[in-house]
Amino acid sequence: MKFTWFNLMPWPYLADDFREQNRSIWVDIPNKLYDPEKGHFLYNRYMDQLEWAETLGYDAIGVNEHHQNGYGLMPSPNLIAAGLARRTSKAAICVMGNSIALYNPPIRVAEEFAMLDVISGGRLIAGFPVGTPMDTNFCYGQIPALTRDKYAEAHELIMRAWKETEIFAFDGKYNQLRYVNCWPKPVQKPHPPIYIPGGGSIETWDFCIENDYNYSYLSFTGYKRGKELMDGYWEQVAKSGKDESPYRGAFAQTICVGETDAEAEQLYAEHLKYFYNRCLHVYPGFADPPGYRTIKTLKHGALSALSEDALSKFPTLTWKDLIDGRYVIGGSPETVVQQMEELIKGLHVGHVFCLLHVGNMPDEKTRHSTKLFAEKVMPKLRNMWPEWKDDERWWIHPMKDRAQPGVSR
Amino acid sequence: MNARTITTKRGCKVRVLEAGSGKPLVFFHGAGGLFPENPFLDALAKKYHVFAPELPGYGESSGDELLEDMLDFTLHGWDVVTALGVERPHLVGHSMGGMIAAEMAAVAPNDVAKLVLVAPAGLWIAEQPIPDLYALLPHEYPKYLFHDPAAGLALLTGGLDFSNLEVLAEFYIANSRRMAMAGKILFPIPNRRLSKRLYRVQAETLLVWGASDTLIVPAYAERWQQSIAGARLVQINEAGHMVPYEQPEVFVSAVSGFLG
Repeated sequence: MKFTWFNLMPWPYLADDFREQNRSIWVDIPNKLYDPEKGHFLYNRYMDQLEWAETLGYDAIGVNEHHQNGYGLMPSPNLIAAGLARRTSKAAICVMGNSIALYNPPIRVAEEFAMLDVISGGRLIAGFPVGTPMDTNFCYGQIPALTRDKYAEAHELIMRAWKETEIFAFDGKYNQLRYVNCWPKPVQKPHPPIYIPGGGSIETWDFCIENDYNYSYLSFTGYKRGKELMDGYWEQVAKSGKDESPYRGAFAQTICVGETDAEAEQLYAEHLKYFYNRCLHVYPGFADPPGYRTIKTLKHGALSALSEDALSKFPTLTWKDLIDGRYVIGGSPETVVQQMEELIKGLHVGHVFCLLHVGNMPDEKTRHSTKLFAEKVMPKLRNMWPEWKDDERWWIHPMKDRAQPGVSR
Repeated sequence: MNARTITTKRGCKVRVLEAGSGKPLVFFHGAGGLFPENPFLDALAKKYHVFAPELPGYGESSGDELLEDMLDFTLHGWDVVTALGVERPHLVGHSMGGMIAAEMAAVAPNDVAKLVLVAPAGLWIAEQPIPDLYALLPHEYPKYLFHDPAAGLALLTGGLDFSNLEVLAEFYIANSRRMAMAGKILFPIPNRRLSKRLYRVQAETLLVWGASDTLIVPAYAERWQQSIAGARLVQINEAGHMVPYEQPEVFVSAVSGFLG
């Protein structure tokens, strides 16, 4: 098993009545709510936490990209990752990821990811999300119906730029480049492991399977609700005739560990409430612009989306609702181990993105939960896939001999 | 009206409603598509040979993937006219259809008899931003589209029962398909630099606007008049953006008065 310590980097200073006063935390959140001086301490605190997670034995530390978002302060995850690359030495640096349809030209992603891979000595995991409609369409103005086409072209360009050893001309629909010549190139050959974060688009499954990319299901609704979707993915894997290595799949899970079940509730309930009530307050008009999802995906999921609007329940969910409904895995180490086993086996995943910082959780509680998970939970889950223990296809391959920051040679 | 399907040279399959005889008139619908009932087209067909093609992505028309940008949409408009076998038609376009008709008249100024633009999209006034259709929830449409939102809702849905989830899902999917297509020329801002080309329009032009249009407010009519020399404006009371549906009689009389 692999565990990534992931931080969404939420803004923890949203007022109690944020929900009543604002229609959305994303896209049109009032920017006057942002205080750069508080932001200074916050970035540094969050980066400290990520760096510290490495020392506890997390396999990777993870960052992601969001724009104009009150629960995600990283429009450029690459900047954070560059800082982490210098201050860590072992952990994979998982950038989940760069929304490649947004970069003009996307060769920029090939270059920046290559830089991160080189600086870190081959520790980059490269995520290529299509991007949420909030980020991609509403914040960055991409035409919904053409977003996937543009993504596909960006993907082709980046992969060719990494793999090809000769300069080539790229005559794309969205990008015309006379001299594609990726400089620098990544350390990992032919390229860093590629992860595709998915919501529920079924086309993404085939794309991952064909290319042998990891499919990472990122949601805030927990592993019970994730099961149907992951089952669909594994069915598709089976149909393709490829092996069913659990490392083909990953899942993001919010986790809160206390010494006891009662302590967990007492320490973390308010921060879960902050996250589910305030941070997930996204205006529904931004969630599904026509054209973003394909008709095939709509037909697959339209009815369930209309009949059960999970989002509308978020604001009122209590600790008990969140735990009983398995939106969140929370409790004593024993409780968490048992539920994590259920998650790992149930979803058949070899990699979990552990969301151990939640909402407005202060540093010491974040570290408490993070440490308990590392010391009392992770060791018990390490060998859940003994038959796949040597499968390194979705893992980093760093240089053996690497530079030490601060020690020139 | 009769319906038939034509195939353009590009390969789009286009369903066309057709009725009447006389001078050809091609109507280009807005982003919402044709409604189940389009009484203003029936009325125009008493005097003209009316054609109302549905854009690919709408109803039974297909080939949406063949049209990606404004030039594709514009040339598609002419491809349809060619496939219909008519010459120098009147072009009447509503909202997004007005944007397309104006582009058609700009690229082929000699091929248009007269041009009628009904609350056309295609221009952008920074001080009067058009609401973001793509961030509206479907139940919010009526208040932006109609002078009388309650009556408008019935026109929009054609009496479908939205408490039936299957009906709702079907509507949702069809609406997504239509608006996905429209987004290629309307998202995120419905401005594909048409203003640079409007000087080329030679056809006599009529602008028709609903006085209570809150989607593309009447201030836009003025901008259009400044952009097309000699364009006339008829403003219709008790009508919003969907003026041909809300005031079909006044609308038809204004249009036929202009076309002759």
